[in-house]
Amino acid sequence: MTDSEPALRVEDLHKSFGSVKVLKGISLEAYEQDVISILGSSGSGKSTLLRCINLLETPTSGKVYVHGELIRMRDGRAGERQAEDRKQVERIRSKLAMVFQQFNLWAHMTVLQNVIEAPVHVLKIPKSEAIAQAEQLLERVGLYNHRDYYPAHMSGGQMQRAAIARALAMEPDMLLFDEPTSALDPELVGEVLKVMQSLAEEGRTMLVVTHEMGFARGVSNRVIFLDEGLVVEDGEPEAVFTHPESDRFKEFLSGTLD
Amino acid sequence: MTDIISYFPLILKGMLLTVEVALLSLIISFLLGMIGAVSKLSNNRLARSVAGIYTTIIRGIPDLVLMTIIFFGGQVLVNDLGEKLGWDYIDVSPMAAGVLTIGFIFGAYMTESFRGGILAVPQGEIEAGYAFGMNSKQVFLRVTFPAMVRHALPSFGNNWLVLTKTTALVSVIGLQDMVYNAGVAGGTTRKPFTFFCVVAFLFLIITGVSDLGMRWLDKRYSVGVRKA
Repeated sequence: MTDSEPALRVEDLHKSFGSVKVLKGISLEAYEQDVISILGSSGSGKSTLLRCINLLETPTSGKVYVHGELIRMRDGRAGERQAEDRKQVERIRSKLAMVFQQFNLWAHMTVLQNVIEAPVHVLKIPKSEAIAQAEQLLERVGLYNHRDYYPAHMSGGQMQRAAIARALAMEPDMLLFDEPTSALDPELVGEVLKVMQSLAEEGRTMLVVTHEMGFARGVSNRVIFLDEGLVVEDGEPEAVFTHPESDRFKEFLSGTLD
Repeated sequence: MTDIISYFPLILKGMLLTVEVALLSLIISFLLGMIGAVSKLSNNRLARSVAGIYTTIIRGIPDLVLMTIIFFGGQVLVNDLGEKLGWDYIDVSPMAAGVLTIGFIFGAYMTESFRGGILAVPQGEIEAGYAFGMNSKQVFLRVTFPAMVRHALPSFGNNWLVLTKTTALVSVIGLQDMVYNAGVAGGTTRKPFTFFCVVAFLFLIITGVSDLGMRWLDKRYSVGVRKA
């Protein structure tokens, strides 16, 4: 894409839950085909950051632009911030597909129904077209033979791959991953990471909140480290991992084995 | 035995009315319950408190008392209002009063059943709906409702059985349901015991069939969760 606007621009984002300040002024830009790993210990605000981008949480203050379009917010009656235009939020959300830590597949639908649900009902794609596309995506994540399974009858890794297919079916501008492998058995992590790696290789724009250092270092082109609601490290993976600037990130890395 | 045979058509006619009252009340209570549950869980303070007052009052007053109040009081209220607006005298039919009262009463119980069901739907599934760009109506119809049915069904089935039995109260306001007709038959033949046994048996048939229906619904809405 040639447009000079970043795919995503976040300006001075703050988020408090009651008196707890989770995000204390985050700014970042993501360009087309960026694969950004967001690292941080639990409670650092990385999931909240991701959820503020598609407004699953409403930021307390700050601005979010998606392809140059500002998500308009205003103060609600009780003084809390809220989206000004629900339609705009729904439209933007349909372009930012999310993959959740707990998969959040719809349990009463089969895998195939999960994948075609939003394309048919949100994007209004004809059902037959959506099914054809879904079958291709399921083939790609290795679940074609499981298309008529219900989520409860699959492993965590299969569920997460189904959730990735569900996200891809939206043909999103950007994929948001919220700790996609954290709820998985160690031996199932690899199958999900492999799918994510192939997505990165085909040039998808991805924002990945993760604890997988291998993925952050090997697959993403940029790493951001959050600590107590602030960005304390931001740069190319090699640089960040070999020469961390902050003590906090050094400490964080020393707690992980490589 | 000949008494039973000669009065059986009358009792059966009453049974039809009982089923009719029960089904119509069920529709009303279902709608009120849905509205009540959504209101109770909404962010709107007014909706929450109206629903709260509704369930508190209705669940706190005996059904028989409510039915009498609505049937006789409703008659007076409608005609007072009608007089001011220049309407003719309106006779509130026992059928309408009965159905409305029972629907109104069980709407309060359904509110609680549905509220419990909605609360049992994993928050993440609802969130996923929003995250994929659905509006709140779509999230409710496509995600929350189909997922909550399974959780609400046992208590819904319970309410339906109690509702069916509560229809016996409409005989008090003069509706000729099967209990009323059994009273008539029992009085004329001086065999009330026989006829109320017949009614008991017929109620068992209604509830037995309902039970089968509930099992079918349970199977249908548990697809993918339990092995059917």
